[in-house]
Amino acid sequence: MKPDISGIIEGIKRLTPKKRVRIMEVCGTHTVAIAKSGIKDILPEEIKLVSGPGCPVCVTPQEYIDRAIWLSKQKDIIITTFGDLMRVPGTEESLSSAKAEGADIRVLYSPAGAVEIARENPSKTVVFLAVGFETTIPTITGTLEIAIREKIKNLFILCAHKIVPPALEVLASSEDLMIDGFILPGHVSAVIGIRPYEFLSRIHRKACAISGFEPYQILEAIFLILRQISGNQFRIANPYNSTVDYEGNTKAQKSISRFFIPSDSVWRGIGNIPSSGLALREEFSYFDIGTRISFPDIQSREPKGCRCGDVLKGIIEPSECPLFGKVCTYENPVGACMVSSEGSCAAYYRYRKKL
Amino acid sequence: MCLGIPMRVTEINENKAICEQSGTRVEAYIDMLDDVRIGDYVLIHAGFAIKKLSEEDATETIRLLSEVLSQDTR
Ligand code: SF4
Repeated sequence: MKPDISGIIEGIKRLTPKKRVRIMEVCGTHTVAIAKSGIKDILPEEIKLVSGPGCPVCVTPQEYIDRAIWLSKQKDIIITTFGDLMRVPGTEESLSSAKAEGADIRVLYSPAGAVEIARENPSKTVVFLAVGFETTIPTITGTLEIAIREKIKNLFILCAHKIVPPALEVLASSEDLMIDGFILPGHVSAVIGIRPYEFLSRIHRKACAISGFEPYQILEAIFLILRQISGNQFRIANPYNSTVDYEGNTKAQKSISRFFIPSDSVWRGIGNIPSSGLALREEFSYFDIGTRISFPDIQSREPKGCRCGDVLKGIIEPSECPLFGKVCTYENPVGACMVSSEGSCAAYYRYRKKL
Repeated sequence: MCLGIPMRVTEINENKAICEQSGTRVEAYIDMLDDVRIGDYVLIHAGFAIKKLSEEDATETIRLLSEVLSQDTR
């Protein structure tokens, strides 16, 4: 039996304290669901929802995009990628415009499609742009496993994977942000389970709940977070137990650690976060395109005036960026947060009438 | 990008499964899961099944909610 939505809203009202409560929705898909459903309109004004850095495309640094574009222009290279990356503006142009100029760039639904392309094009170097969080990483390692099994030698990755808990550590420790609770990402958690978040409640005393993507599930998470705050007892609540359990998907976790070791990683807007990225292990480094081709020095620059960094940290709302809706629109995006369908700026822009 | 779709497994051929949901059929790799059977619900993301799903159990929220709602308003 599902809890009744008007009951949840009443529960939220009763538990709302007089002081301001700041709750961060970490995941970009939550940001979109919140904007689309108009949840902010029905919450008591003391409850402030803050968007977090959970849009993998948005946090991928400019330098990565520039490298991918540079690669796409080299001889005998086929770039394969998730569609989300295509329109992200690099310093000079985007993958999309590089493709229009003739670069061989192919958008895939699954990274496994890159194995097929590599098999059909034995004389070409096929590169998959490996971005994404823990939800996506097992689909990359699964693809590498298939490539090994099928003895494919011309498939490589340009890796910018990121893992979520180390970024949460930075956000939870930030004194400027003053986050009281986190709505945790449902499908990242399906893979990693609950354990990796426990430091948030134990050490940082943050109220947390893992949430699915339906509006009632987000409200349910907010209720469970407020309940912890009112009782002054913190934990990782998991109302999304159809999909998330304590251990997560251990087989996927093993596959990830078979191929990768944690490494430092730069997040757009946040900077370098220790152990928040992944690097291929020595024995699998032959999949790294960097071992086959050496990149030139590319001078990457962020788009002028874009405040994606502050948006990603939850310091400002998209509408507080001077370019929002004027120079920067969903049709003509300036920054990554407006490009990706789950970027905060795009979510605010597309559903702003409801906000 | 971190969104999976819950689907029902209707066919298994070695490491691939045909999965269905509201009339949509996709083929997905099941390498990342142990012991997938026909009829199981799985979460599909980028061509891979990444988690087996179980039945939703909302008991805890319902209990906490009735606790909060039965208290007198502030
Ligand atoms: S509105 Fe556009 S320019 Fe401003 S922060 Fe968002 S993406 Fe960047």
